Amino acid sequence: MMKMKKALALVLASVMLVLTLAACGGETAEKLVMGTNAAFPPYEFKEGETIVGIDADIAAALAEKLGVELEIKDMAFESLIPAVAGGSVDIVLAGMTVTDERKESVNFSDSYATGIQSVIIAEDSAIASIDDLAGKIIGVQTGTTGDIYCSDDYGEEAIKRYDNGALAVQALINGQVDCVVIDNQPALAFVEANEGLKILDTEYAIEDYAIAIGKDDPELLEKINVALAELKADGKIDEIVSKYIKAE
Amino acid sequence: MNFITFAKWLETAPTWIATLPKWLSKFVYQLYQTFVIEDRWKLFLSGLEMTFIVTIGALIIGVVIGMLVAVIRSSHDLSRGKPNFLLRILNAICKAYITVLRGTPLMVQLLIMGFVVMVPKTNFDTVLCGIITLGINSGAYVAEIARSGIMSIPAGQMEAGRSLGLNYVQTMSSIILPQAFKNILPALGNELIALLKETSLVTTIALTDVTKAAQVVTSRTYDAFVPYISLAVIYLVLVMALTKLLAVLERRLRAGDQH
Repeated sequence: MMKMKKALALVLASVMLVLTLAACGGETAEKLVMGTNAAFPPYEFKEGETIVGIDADIAAALAEKLGVELEIKDMAFESLIPAVAGGSVDIVLAGMTVTDERKESVNFSDSYATGIQSVIIAEDSAIASIDDLAGKIIGVQTGTTGDIYCSDDYGEEAIKRYDNGALAVQALINGQVDCVVIDNQPALAFVEANEGLKILDTEYAIEDYAIAIGKDDPELLEKINVALAELKADGKIDEIVSKYIKAE
Repeated sequence: MNFITFAKWLETAPTWIATLPKWLSKFVYQLYQTFVIEDRWKLFLSGLEMTFIVTIGALIIGVVIGMLVAVIRSSHDLSRGKPNFLLRILNAICKAYITVLRGTPLMVQLLIMGFVVMVPKTNFDTVLCGIITLGINSGAYVAEIARSGIMSIPAGQMEAGRSLGLNYVQTMSSIILPQAFKNILPALGNELIALLKETSLVTTIALTDVTKAAQVVTSRTYDAFVPYISLAVIYLVLVMALTKLLAVLERRLRAGDQH
């Protein structure tokens, strides 16, 4: 009896080993792993269990062009750059702005969209322009360009950092912060979803969104740029954007 | 933004650094970037201060609530015959408190306190919100630990105290609780260590504790290695110091034992 058990264990162990090895060898080459922070509508957000949005659709279109399978990993925004630099994800599409600092750690593809940093305020707020932000409490999402710009411009004391944009907006509704600085598209979505909020007419900053790729993978960068150019040329990018953002 | 690239930094750094192996000079650069540029060590320091304030505040609230709940619960459980009406009500409240607070994640409790119930506006209120939430949470665990201590004291001790003319409260506070406290100290130490580490969750309600400080630095330097490893080392050192402190306290309390 004992012997049979041992033999069975041995067989099971070897089957598992073979399966593991097969899983390792087979797929790594054909999989494109994308990192994002799925709390940034309409660029990326969750619909049930799946991550959807402009970035997810663009990545899917890119993966199709490259003939690979797409896998999307949801992680904290501030850990996206370390993740792609360290190789735990291949690309990052997260409404990410190209900055010189980020370029030190990763390569960026050509820009695929323009981002605007907007200021969300309460409808009855006394804030009428960017100049009025001085001395106010500003809510931001940790590690976003809004966070970086505002903490540089107004100092640590003026900033409250939230784990995601929705919490920052909730804090604004509760009156815990005076305004929220966040990218324009999610700002529009947040304002639409919550009564009593509006977006300041003047934008805080204008910037380019691009795909971040590890510095040790110039080949992938090349391929992505080519595929991106094709997608732009055949109108696929515009199609995806207009699917999520209704023209005004 | 004072972001200095590795190459640029090497030019300005003392020449001996360039003679080091590349990985080592890069590491020095990462350290420099994490702590020195823009006085980022101050961010860590003020974060550490926040971690301390929240831990100590929550500890005090937790122990006070925990002891109270434990005394009520064990008085109820140990009373002969049917406990009186007030005690039964109090016991039911305490039981519900423990069930709810232990049955929901601390993260969820923080979200509810921070965005639904307390909705703190000023910085001071936000810190208070963090302390109260963690304190109430910790109290539920301390209550059960303390109850185990009180229940572990033989019934004869209470009977002896009462027959010597002490009333219930006097017997509890000068005979039962001191002995119970000694027994539960290791378990209480566990809870304190857990509490210290759990304060990292106050980042949820936008408090900048030492964890948030490391996250902010990472978002600025795009280097996760040095900030997060440093963060782990900071917590580890704190916990080790705490363990040492608890060991000293335990030894002191055991000094009177004659076994």
